[in-house]
Amino acid sequence: MTPPDPMAEIRASFFVECEELLEAMQDGLQLMDEGAHDGETIHVVFRAVHSIKGGAGAFGLNGLVRFAHKYENTLDAVRSEALAVDADLLNLFFRATDHLFDLVRAARDNADLPTAQSDSLLRELEICIGAPPAPDGAEPEIEFQPIGLALDLGCDTDAPPVLTQSPQYDIVFAPDTEMFENGNDAYPILGALAGLGECSVTCDTSRLPGLDSLAPETSYLSWTVRLTADADAAEIASMFEFVEGLCTYTITPVTEADASEPLRNVTGDIAPVVPLLPDTPSPPAANSGCEATAPPAAPKTVVRVDLDRIERLVNLVGELVINQAMMAQSLQNAGLSPHSDAMNGLEEFQRLTRDIQDSVMMIRAQPVKSLFQRMSRIVREASVAVGKEVRLISEGESTEVDKTVIESLADPLTHMIRNAVDHGLETPADRLAAGKPEGGIVRLSAAHRSGRVIMEVSDDGGGIDRARVQKIAKDKGLIPADAVLSDSEIDNLLFLPGFSTAATVSDLSGRGVGMDVVRTSIQSLGGRISIASTQGQGTTFSISLPLTLAVLDGMVVKVADETLVVPLNMVAETLTISGDTLDSIQPGVDVVRVRSGFVPLFDLGHHLGYRPKLDSYIDSAALLITHDDGTLGALVVDEIQDQRQIVIKGLDDTFGRAPGIAAATILGDGQIALILDPSDIIAKSADFKAGAPLKLEA
Amino acid sequence: MSLHVLAVDDSRTMRDMIRLALEPAGFTVHTADDGVHGTEVLSQTAPDVIITDINMPRLDGFGFIDAVRENSDHLSTPILVLTTEAAPELKMRARAAGATGWIVKPFDPAKLVKALQMVAG
Repeated sequence: MTPPDPMAEIRASFFVECEELLEAMQDGLQLMDEGAHDGETIHVVFRAVHSIKGGAGAFGLNGLVRFAHKYENTLDAVRSEALAVDADLLNLFFRATDHLFDLVRAARDNADLPTAQSDSLLRELEICIGAPPAPDGAEPEIEFQPIGLALDLGCDTDAPPVLTQSPQYDIVFAPDTEMFENGNDAYPILGALAGLGECSVTCDTSRLPGLDSLAPETSYLSWTVRLTADADAAEIASMFEFVEGLCTYTITPVTEADASEPLRNVTGDIAPVVPLLPDTPSPPAANSGCEATAPPAAPKTVVRVDLDRIERLVNLVGELVINQAMMAQSLQNAGLSPHSDAMNGLEEFQRLTRDIQDSVMMIRAQPVKSLFQRMSRIVREASVAVGKEVRLISEGESTEVDKTVIESLADPLTHMIRNAVDHGLETPADRLAAGKPEGGIVRLSAAHRSGRVIMEVSDDGGGIDRARVQKIAKDKGLIPADAVLSDSEIDNLLFLPGFSTAATVSDLSGRGVGMDVVRTSIQSLGGRISIASTQGQGTTFSISLPLTLAVLDGMVVKVADETLVVPLNMVAETLTISGDTLDSIQPGVDVVRVRSGFVPLFDLGHHLGYRPKLDSYIDSAALLITHDDGTLGALVVDEIQDQRQIVIKGLDDTFGRAPGIAAATILGDGQIALILDPSDIIAKSADFKAGAPLKLEA
Repeated sequence: MSLHVLAVDDSRTMRDMIRLALEPAGFTVHTADDGVHGTEVLSQTAPDVIITDINMPRLDGFGFIDAVRENSDHLSTPILVLTTEAAPELKMRARAAGATGWIVKPFDPAKLVKALQMVAG
């Protein structure tokens, strides 16, 4: 039952706790930034640093301790109101927190600590509290002794007392009444003395009054101890550390001559000599067996689980779903009545599977808050680098997203945020000239919308300079010189590989990573990214992601004998096309009338290259697809078969990325079906129609 | 019979370490996350000895010690303060609040066990 190395586990859990504490610090500083100067907020930040310091000390992480200690001192000055909070100080705190984050990461990964940065930050922190003349911060007054925790916690860590040749001491010990009020007692102290060596104790009861005048809470007794132990006086005195000032005690070394005498019975008559054996009052001896006697740990509210295990569970549930679909199919093939017990049981089974699946997904779901906090750091650093004043407003931090998605989003979001600060926002001078406040705003938001997660990065900058974008694209030969592009097509040029609008590549966002890479990584998550920009008002990048990467509700359709799956959340409705509703706005461009509007028709079989275009769409089935921007498109299919849960099986990189194909799945009959990304398909064919020879894929 | 210890600390790492240090030594360890939680656990477990941190949310160590001492069942229950500072004035303050002894963080498991034996016998 004993884990192989409990210290390693605690160490790992310490770093998890650090992340939480750092998150709490970020929150606290954020609140202070927004004007909360109440005591509790600064306390939270202080305690977080304090806890990190405490834990780091236990693991001998000296660099971390050193920094945390100084940071804590400065925070303490704020806490005790010796230091007032202003914008500069908060900025320093934010940077110190960022640095603390780096130190924690470095310590966790056993990497080298960025000490140079530590030193400069430490100096700044010291200056805040009136820089005590600590010479170069060489030896700060840290009373931390890193202790290599020994795990063989034997109770008797002391050497066994040597009975002969050991010095002897006479110890007289008289507790004050106050000593007992603090929860101290004489017995444990005498026991501790006995633990040092062999001793005999006499009790002096001479001051004890008669019963009629006895005050029960007053101390009357004193003890004399003759101790034979391999210990010096200081060690013996340390036994009285807790009761220093609450008792009187003397420690007198016994000379050879005295030692030969028997212990003088100081008070004579009533006190019996109580021999105490060494170690008698020790708690049960510690050996491996005594763990069995320890009762189970107190109930925990949180369990930390290895992500791999959850991964495995998710996969198993996926297999369960496939298996269940197969079973449903074979029951159906057996010709069972839908009202038979077997079919009813299966229905119940399906419901349970779905519940299990939801629960499993919930395990992996995490709020995007930690991701957003990292982004606030990016904004701070980026804004300093380009000399702009930027405020990050984040919304929807509690939106929960699959953990693996969160992790994969860090890089793309970082890049988008940097872009927003560097390219999106104008320079302060330009902003003032445009009648905007000097400080720019970058907004980061997350929300659930119809089964997907929508994340947006927007700025209140000048918007995309479309003329310039188009010119650059032409200059770089990315588009033909005579191309006529719509606004949104121009915006999408930003996603072309090798496109960079920055006239001079700044050291901030010009790192060789373009928006095409962002787009590719979003797509690999099964997501899409789109741009909306308004001249003079700003630009918004929207990322739309599936909630989970594992399972989705799909509509199974047939096109030219191929079975395909369309994600159900994309399908607004299904319809049968009749002669009345079908129309053509120009040769080759058909539309279907849906209520008061016209929706363009796309023949799925044709677009995927399965068959030539149908001669007539009349009586065909169509799926009405809602795009992220709210527009509609209708996909013509041959047959709608079923609506069911499907397990997403990613397509290996070896397949290459086919436009419009998101992934694949295994159906109940063991057949493999492709999962479509209808928006992508429609976008592709729209490009085609507009005559723009664009190939946006990387 | 093993001694029951109530350890109050807002740091999970610290609680884990206390547990790791004490359980092999035969103690039964109960933990609480802060002073308020500590008083709740106190009423359920009746510990033989209490270890408490000072800097905690909701109710700090001094407040927690006050609360323990106000409870007539725990007038003489030993309370050890786990502190990062060894400053004498802090020790005095802890003592004034009714603490029995103190341990400086980061603690050495053997010392902690000893200190507990010292106050709780």
